[in-house]
Amino acid sequence: MSMDGADVLKRALTEDEAAILEAWYISLREGTSLQSGRIREAELQTQAKAVFGQLRDGLSSGGVDADADSYTPLRENLADISRSRAIQGFTPTDTANFVFSLKEPIFEALRRKSAADASALAAGVWAAGKVLDRLGLLTMEVYLASREEVIGRQGQEIAELSTPVVRLWDGVLALPLIGTLDSARTGVVMENLLQAIVDEEAEIAIIDITGVPTVDTLVAQHLLKTVAAARLMGADCIVSGIRPQIAQTMVHLGVELNVVSKATLADAFALALRRTGRKVVRQQATVTGEHR
Amino acid sequence: MTVTKSETLPIRSGDDVVRVRQQVRALAIDIGLGLVDQTKIITAASELARNTLDYGGGGEVRAEIVQAGTRKGLRLTFEDQGPGIADIEQAMTDHYTSGKGLGLGLGGAKRLSNEFHIESTSGVGTRVTIARWK
Repeated sequence: MSMDGADVLKRALTEDEAAILEAWYISLREGTSLQSGRIREAELQTQAKAVFGQLRDGLSSGGVDADADSYTPLRENLADISRSRAIQGFTPTDTANFVFSLKEPIFEALRRKSAADASALAAGVWAAGKVLDRLGLLTMEVYLASREEVIGRQGQEIAELSTPVVRLWDGVLALPLIGTLDSARTGVVMENLLQAIVDEEAEIAIIDITGVPTVDTLVAQHLLKTVAAARLMGADCIVSGIRPQIAQTMVHLGVELNVVSKATLADAFALALRRTGRKVVRQQATVTGEHR
Repeated sequence: MTVTKSETLPIRSGDDVVRVRQQVRALAIDIGLGLVDQTKIITAASELARNTLDYGGGGEVRAEIVQAGTRKGLRLTFEDQGPGIADIEQAMTDHYTSGKGLGLGLGGAKRLSNEFHIESTSGVGTRVTIARWK
């Protein structure tokens, strides 16, 4: 080989900077990122110029290994760019194309520089392909990692928000269940309820399944276990929120809950108050008095 | 009887069971099943999907919308290549379980469906087909 690919590439980038940048701007302008209106052209050009400069710096001291130390500023800059792209809602194609659209202008510049020397051209193209592919993959990795972060955070939020134990009155707790119950969440739910029974010295716990879309034998089994455990701790359970279609389905399934159940949380609460010796009374005299 | 729509879903994890339920719900709404019938077929699908996962070691379900004359129905076929069921009659008995469930899944799924068919060969696998008609 007469010439190292990295040198050919470096020379092309240095000597042809203006032409390459100009061509890159054009291809970025034609891309879909601008058309979506999520980023302004000036911002895109600033990013492109910075990336180009860092690429040249990386090349001049680190060769074509984009994982080398000399590429650290470039990698960090690209990571920032893709992270903000992921948050702004760019498509994966738009994000990856930011780097990949640099390929054509660079190949073009290499061709202009080394048209006469086929082996130098091939070496330069290979070097450019290697660096840019690695950088393109890096942007995708960061893009996906940011997305996964969002998903992971949402998962945690869902797990936290769906298992509250609510105190309705002295000694009366409610556990409104929401979503599917056939996962690891059920363990958390049960633990929360049993702990709350101790903390609140509850006599009655109302388990409300209005928000559970499907009650099958596994869900029923989880409910039965929770009820049995609560009973062992001296608290009675009432299951509420059994909708007509769920009731019919449970009968066909052959599931017997063997626990007091009510159609609505309000009914269950009224029963719980009665059991603990309380009564809700309308203050009729006062209300009508005020109206007159 | 003609099949107007058919799709196959894998059952490899607990998340897949949730996805099967969602898909069955969408198809049940698609053919215009009422709320009670929807809930019945979804619950039956949930039971069978979990059987496929827990006892069959995973498999797949084929969900089809079938039409017989003017009647539309939803047919689900659960298949696994697991150990199979040695004694089907025993497995269908309420409260019998070889695992640690309530032992109501198979019998319940049968009662929740209009059609129920099960075939199983020891060491080869199990196929359960259910259908609910509008």
